[in-house]
Amino acid sequence: MMRHLISAADLTRDDAVLILDTTEEMARVSDRPIKKLPALRGRTICNLFFEDSTRTRISFEAAEKRLSADVINFAAKGSSVSKGESLKDTAQTLEAMGVDAVVIRHSASGAPYRLATSGWIDAPVINAGDGTHQHPTQALLDAFTMRRRLVGKDALGQDLAGKRITLVGDVLHSRVARSNVDLLHTLGAEVTLVAPPTLLPVGVEHWTCDVSYDLDAVLPKSDAVMMLRVQRERMNAAFFPTEREYSRRYGLDGERMAKMPEHGIVMHPGPMVRGMEITAEVADSDRCTVVEQVANGVHTRMAVLYLLLGGNEPAVSHARPTDSENK
Amino acid sequence: MSKILIRGAKVLGGDVQDVLIDGETIAAVGTGLDAGDATVVDAEGQILLPGLVDLHTHLREPGREDSETVLTGTQAAARGGYTSVFAMANTFPVADTAGVVEQVWRLGKESGYCDVQPIGAVTVGLEGKQLAELGAMHDSAAGVTVFSDDGKCVDDAVIMRRALEYVKAFGGVVAQHAQEPRLTEGAQMNEGVVSAELGLGGWPAVAEESIIARDVLLAEHVGSRVHICHLSTAGSVEIVRWAKSRGIDVTAEVTPHHLLLTDELVRSYNPVYKVNPPLRTERDVLALREALADGTIDIVATDHAPHPHEDKDCEWAAAAMGMVGLETALSVVQHTMVETGLLDWAGVADRMAHKPAEIGQATGHGRPVSAGEPANLTLVDPAYRGEVNPAGFASRSRNTPYEGRELPGRITHTFLRGRATVVDGKLA
Repeated sequence: MMRHLISAADLTRDDAVLILDTTEEMARVSDRPIKKLPALRGRTICNLFFEDSTRTRISFEAAEKRLSADVINFAAKGSSVSKGESLKDTAQTLEAMGVDAVVIRHSASGAPYRLATSGWIDAPVINAGDGTHQHPTQALLDAFTMRRRLVGKDALGQDLAGKRITLVGDVLHSRVARSNVDLLHTLGAEVTLVAPPTLLPVGVEHWTCDVSYDLDAVLPKSDAVMMLRVQRERMNAAFFPTEREYSRRYGLDGERMAKMPEHGIVMHPGPMVRGMEITAEVADSDRCTVVEQVANGVHTRMAVLYLLLGGNEPAVSHARPTDSENK
Repeated sequence: MSKILIRGAKVLGGDVQDVLIDGETIAAVGTGLDAGDATVVDAEGQILLPGLVDLHTHLREPGREDSETVLTGTQAAARGGYTSVFAMANTFPVADTAGVVEQVWRLGKESGYCDVQPIGAVTVGLEGKQLAELGAMHDSAAGVTVFSDDGKCVDDAVIMRRALEYVKAFGGVVAQHAQEPRLTEGAQMNEGVVSAELGLGGWPAVAEESIIARDVLLAEHVGSRVHICHLSTAGSVEIVRWAKSRGIDVTAEVTPHHLLLTDELVRSYNPVYKVNPPLRTERDVLALREALADGTIDIVATDHAPHPHEDKDCEWAAAAMGMVGLETALSVVQHTMVETGLLDWAGVADRMAHKPAEIGQATGHGRPVSAGEPANLTLVDPAYRGEVNPAGFASRSRNTPYEGRELPGRITHTFLRGRATVVDGKLA
């Protein structure tokens, strides 16, 4: 296992499957009356959030607490950062206080990479979303959700080979899209991005996925459709003409959802903009996994923290398949 | 002043000759010159070039003396083989009045390491709205002939047109930082394959190329000359080539870093590679080298941009843009142009001394190495190989992208009007 988790692209197929399998174990723990493991007792983890994100922070915090870690939450707002303190000084201050790992969220792409590679601190760094770059734990929880729904609960050791996954929306500004394209490719899935050309980055043709501008043509061939959040403000920068036009061409409503295969699922990283990229009918349907994704997020983050910090001891009493058994 | 005999140097990389300096002037060039009472500099195996001229330097004074001063900047220039530098106008306050350009000019005189020719801002406060008093800056003691809002583009077509026309009255030239501002809002790096992966805001080539295309057409329309700063894309090369073939009076510069480095380096998220215009692709690098070799690009200019450590020791988005370049420029040019066979040393002298002096009207610089000329000279040991060590820089800043990289060539001596400013690679 690697020391940091910065990018989904850094994960090998075996790394990723190990995380998914460990997540499955963590999920079982959450079904117990006492949802806590002693794995990280005495370890201190800092959630260093330079960008507001209540749901991601709470998800990490829940994961850390269920592993018995001590948790420090650090929000840049109202701290010395807002008085001009640098990322380097902030991180060094935290490390001096005995932090064993840093979970960082930052609006600048590459900030977690810098933190992990510049010699500023020694602690493992976990990327909780950086700018428009990466959000690896989101991709892992999405992959876990897909594996459970499309392969099954007893899918230990398996990847997503041959599954057809479609991501729809603002790819240009989305770290979720980048992480998912990387991880899903590693796990053997076939990924298609659907977006207006304005919301796809120049250079996307080099990504390990297909690109389409036509959602209706792609839906019948999609085992899962992930709707990305589209901010209304984007239309002020001429990425699309109006909210209504966006919804008509790229939004998912009940009629469109019906074009998907019976087993197809609808995913969303949240927060959803109902009426924009997704209608209430779709969001509230039982094909939509949004709430499941939130639950899986806690288990995935437990698995990541456990594997990065917890060493090689089995997390729970029953044996976990080893890498060799997986193959 | 004393006499100096430079013995056995290859003048412009050609024949081995002796060069006798008497006072501020080259007294004789020939073989077997008698040393007499002159101090002898043994230059066997070394290349003698005219003192280099940099049309694009940021000396940061006044205002950002924490990153560079006129003194430290000119010391860095001397170590890089330069005898003349043009100081960009984006200081604090901006060099948009006769007072500020005269201050920079006076500081240059006092430094004594290198002539400093201030560049005046085109518009007040570099804001692109109102012409600065270009005539007053020209008529000042600084005698400004080059005007630039560098760091910002003169993006308003009417302001650019007027500036191009206005400076004709006193033979000035406008040096354009070609960057369409709307196309580069939030831009962090070259827009392409790498930016798509890294999730950094893209700086598209078209933002440079569209401004160059507009400005060469404006220059043609009003019969003015225009200079393009730090040209960085293959497409820009094509436009300048086309403009020159059409007879438009355009000159262009390329930086050493755009001749060597590509946007692949940004994958490290190390802001030492953050620069404006950004590092481009391999294809661009090769096109720029080709264009410098065939004369489409006229000169090499450093865009020496010192920044204090804290402005680079941070996350990419928060970091300042720019690299120091004066002390590594010739080595990079030797590496990318001479050792690739694209340019000989006479060509280097042309691109780094003769032509920039001509464009900027730097009197007494970029002259031939012959008797009667001002003794502005630099000696290069081309056989030297060494890793770049920023701790040894004279510049106050260390933001070099070449740290630890092996580059060829070393300046052993620099002479400014007959006085050695660098001896054996050290400041005199």
